Amino acid sequence: MFTAIFGSVEAGAIYALMALGVYLSFRILDFPDLTVDGSFVTGAAVAAMLIIGGTNPFVATVAGFVAGFIAGCITGLLHTKGKINPLLSGILMMIALYSINLRIMGRSNISLLNQETLITQMTDFWKGLKIDDGIQALFNSIGLSAFVPKTWGILVIMLLLAFAVKALIDLFLKTDVGLAIRATGDNETMIRSFSANTDYLKVLGLGLSNGLVALSGALIGQYSGFSDVGMGIGMIVIGLASVIIGEAVFGAKSIVRATLAVIGGAILYRIIVALALRVEFLETGDMKLITAIIVVAALIIPKVIDWQRDKQKKRKRLLASKKNIKANEKSGESLAAIKSDI
Amino acid sequence: MKALLQLNQIYKVFNEGTPDEKIALDHVNLTLEPGDFVTVIGSNGAGKSTLMNMISGKLVPDLGVIKIDGTDVTTVKEHKRSQFIGRVFQDPMAGTAPSMTIEENLALAYTRTKSRGLARGVSKKRREFFKEKLEILHLGLENRLQAKVGLLSGGERQALSLLMATFTEPKILLLDEHTAALDPSRAELITRLTKEIVEEFKLTTLMVTHNMEQALELGNRLIMMDKGQIIFQANEGQKNQLTVDKLLEEFQRIRGEKLSSDRTVLI
Repeated sequence: MFTAIFGSVEAGAIYALMALGVYLSFRILDFPDLTVDGSFVTGAAVAAMLIIGGTNPFVATVAGFVAGFIAGCITGLLHTKGKINPLLSGILMMIALYSINLRIMGRSNISLLNQETLITQMTDFWKGLKIDDGIQALFNSIGLSAFVPKTWGILVIMLLLAFAVKALIDLFLKTDVGLAIRATGDNETMIRSFSANTDYLKVLGLGLSNGLVALSGALIGQYSGFSDVGMGIGMIVIGLASVIIGEAVFGAKSIVRATLAVIGGAILYRIIVALALRVEFLETGDMKLITAIIVVAALIIPKVIDWQRDKQKKRKRLLASKKNIKANEKSGESLAAIKSDI
Repeated sequence: MKALLQLNQIYKVFNEGTPDEKIALDHVNLTLEPGDFVTVIGSNGAGKSTLMNMISGKLVPDLGVIKIDGTDVTTVKEHKRSQFIGRVFQDPMAGTAPSMTIEENLALAYTRTKSRGLARGVSKKRREFFKEKLEILHLGLENRLQAKVGLLSGGERQALSLLMATFTEPKILLLDEHTAALDPSRAELITRLTKEIVEEFKLTTLMVTHNMEQALELGNRLIMMDKGQIIFQANEGQKNQLTVDKLLEEFQRIRGEKLSSDRTVLI
């Protein structure tokens, strides 16, 4: 149980980068970008091929980001210059990327086992720090040694990375360009009247968004030890699920809060899936169905809660007004009594 | 004096070659001197909005030349042209970004004439500047810099839009019925602010309005449009003599004449 949850937090921290990318397109640019399903794999494929070819894993991962950035820019160009509807330009790019990803990898699956990846480097680096031994000792002392995972390294480093990216996004969205990108998603007419080239801003925003998605894909590929052409299927829904769950649970009053919520949502989503898969009659193949149900629930439950709250408010007000009426009647009676006295 | 804005023989037709064909602007000529404040009146479909969209670059004329400060800008893109054109729209929601704060909106307006880079949008120095400018409005917005603009009332939003459109002192200010969607007291406030701001920054302004009183109260020149043409112009001296009744009379007279002349053509 603990190991399962631990694993989901670990994976969740990596998927959080993808969710942050989806947040950029979906919330900031108000652009439902389906490129994600393809660009996630592009990141994984580019990184995997470079690693197998002997490139430094760090460089390979950055190359994954760049590949995703380019894919996102093309979606942006299809939409802005080609005047194609946002959903359609994303779908077109997604389907095109499927073939491109196959071309990059040469076949449908590339194994990274026994390769030196960023993940193995991290594990080794962490081992050198000898922090795990201390944690192990701590758990032993409280008699929980059976539950301790092999290493905390990946979790800690990935969480740090997710928070670093979050901080960068927060800062970026407060710069002059960042503000203009936010305004593009918020009120395009307005920002155009303040001499902003919204086409360029959309392309840039979609590029960054898909760059993050591809970065996440590159890391997930190395984390799970393979890159597969089908690993991106339904990724956009997982991204949306993370954003929506995060916002529902942690709130989204400001950018800083919202990006934090997205990371939380990504991890929470993984935990929910891990728990759901432990239910006896559910199989691994049910994952996508579970995802869909989670998203539907995350969308509907807050509304039901609001509705209930409204109902309660109304009931209270009704009671209060009844009391008032009664009170008025009473005072009316007493007035009448006074009058009759006179 | 050198003309600041020059429209030369601007012609625009919509849905050409279909039964819905409509000549929106029919060889319109208009020249604005620096400091001119021109009010534009006319019935619906007279071409007022099309005229504004031509100047702002949202629409490109089929024929004719638009010059700003002597430079031909006829084919210059909207976002480039808006470096030196400030605009306030009819819809109070249109001129501001609702999910962003007051200071962030002002920062967007502030960088109109600059290239936007990775500098902090709302720096300390800028914030002080924004506060100072917001005080012009006397709405207390200078104390609500971090409030989201979506929370402001329509009047407050329109006042903010007006400030955002003007405080970088654009060469031309375009006001497109910017008080029409407000209640009378708010409309009066915005009208007064418009007057003050235009005077303070000495802006060359073109204002479309449906309100004849407003058209007479503001500005030094007045033009009346109908069916894509400028049918009546009043310069400063003439404008001071005008009243709403005289304006209506004038409108009736020109329209009547036009109609009768059309009839003679038909007969």
